[in-house]
Amino acid sequence: MKIIVLIYLLILGIFSSFLFQNKTKKESINAGSEIYQDFCLQCHLSTGTGVFGVFPPLKASDYLLENTNLSIAGIKYGLKGKIIVNNEEYNGVMIRQGLDNEEVADVMNYILNEWGNETTVFITPNQVSKIPKSLVE
Amino acid sequence: MNYFLNFTCCIFFITSCAQENFPAIETPSVINYSFELVVDGIDIPWGMDFINESELLVTELSGILYRVSKGIKKEVSGLPEVYLRGQGGLLDVALHPEFKNNNLIYLTLASSLGDNPGGNTSLYQATLVGNSLEKVSLLYKASPNTKKGQHFGSRIAFDTKGHIYFSVGDRGNRDQNPQDISRDGGKVYRLNLDGTIPEDNPFFSSPKAKQAIFSYGHRNPQGIIVHPSTGSIWVNEHGPQGGDEINKLESGKNYGWPLITYGINYSGTPITDKTSNPKMEQPFYYWVPSIAPSGMAFSTSDVYKGWKNNLFVGSLKFEYLERLVIEGNKVVKREKILDKIGRVRNVKQGPDGYLYLGVEGRGIIKIMPL
Repeated sequence: MKIIVLIYLLILGIFSSFLFQNKTKKESINAGSEIYQDFCLQCHLSTGTGVFGVFPPLKASDYLLENTNLSIAGIKYGLKGKIIVNNEEYNGVMIRQGLDNEEVADVMNYILNEWGNETTVFITPNQVSKIPKSLVE
Repeated sequence: MNYFLNFTCCIFFITSCAQENFPAIETPSVINYSFELVVDGIDIPWGMDFINESELLVTELSGILYRVSKGIKKEVSGLPEVYLRGQGGLLDVALHPEFKNNNLIYLTLASSLGDNPGGNTSLYQATLVGNSLEKVSLLYKASPNTKKGQHFGSRIAFDTKGHIYFSVGDRGNRDQNPQDISRDGGKVYRLNLDGTIPEDNPFFSSPKAKQAIFSYGHRNPQGIIVHPSTGSIWVNEHGPQGGDEINKLESGKNYGWPLITYGINYSGTPITDKTSNPKMEQPFYYWVPSIAPSGMAFSTSDVYKGWKNNLFVGSLKFEYLERLVIEGNKVVKREKILDKIGRVRNVKQGPDGYLYLGVEGRGIIKIMPL
């Protein structure tokens, strides 16, 4: 019985890593778009511009585009306190949204490539899994 | 010249879209109040209720219930498991009307109980013993679970006839949930205080309906209060962009979402061109632009000059407390209180007659007359 369970887990593991590797950038961005509509849009708006002084912009945001790992940590663990985005101070709370690593990767790929944002990096669930909480503490 | 024309067209377009619903919001001419922080260090103080003049319970969305005595907060243990997703987490808390005799409290929270992946809003009852919960029992769990992050509701209120009311938002499924009384979501519910369903609920005898439903066609009600003199149930609810509403609830009535609304999609596209339907209720008041209302309280004390019987609503979006003056059956004046204070998640009148606010990133503050 134990062996069957082990084999099952092994197959599941191989299968899921196979799946992750095969999600293209375009597929990830599409999935990320849906996550964005669900979890992000109410504050950061469909234009990605946020609200000046209240909700920081994602469009042409130096904070986002120049430090992807910090942004991943913010989404993964939540973010509070003072940050500077495009020379404007923001002092708010973004609660942890309860997204899994794959969902964080997808929404990162979406916001890094929407509203004229452009990047060559491709965020993977594996990369998200390695981002420590200490980055935002 | 061309540039100028474009500019004026643009301004006209913007103002015509965002035409503010009467009465326009005002900044008070005299500010004869300030505030003091009574509980600090709570990121999202979602719900609160008062044990007595110096003690209260406060929920933090992330899943912590605090018992606060004279400003010192202690974590209450024994909570049911909380599902954290998007807007969902630990939501409202309310003391049983006979709390002094039975120590019972009620909690609403997002829960993943059930078969489908994801979660939905639930109502629990528990006994508060010191800083822990005992005899925790589930009174209601909305279904099905969903991984959507939006619109869990959920506020709690009591009438004087032994009923508890609570709200569940449409859970991001506006096309299926709010108008279908055989489904949860987009509803205000009414139970007896022990969790059983009152036989005089409007759909008690409808075989397919969720019998606990009191009213339907709601989007995301996050403010609920029983009117101090008439006893009727008032809710405020988040609309889409434009079209937040105050509704006075009547048993079995349909409040229209998403078939009638004064709002539009966040993307700017229309949801419907209809704002009324003879079979559906009109809001008592609607906000254009949206203020993102959360929490609701009437001031019934003499603590503040000129505020008696006014309605107070938190604005998450514009970061103030809104004071609404009601005359007859109309809102005749709206005013910003504590402008730029932060996202106002909740407002309640304490047993001392003062107004207490839950403000995101701050904690609980008390409005002090000067």
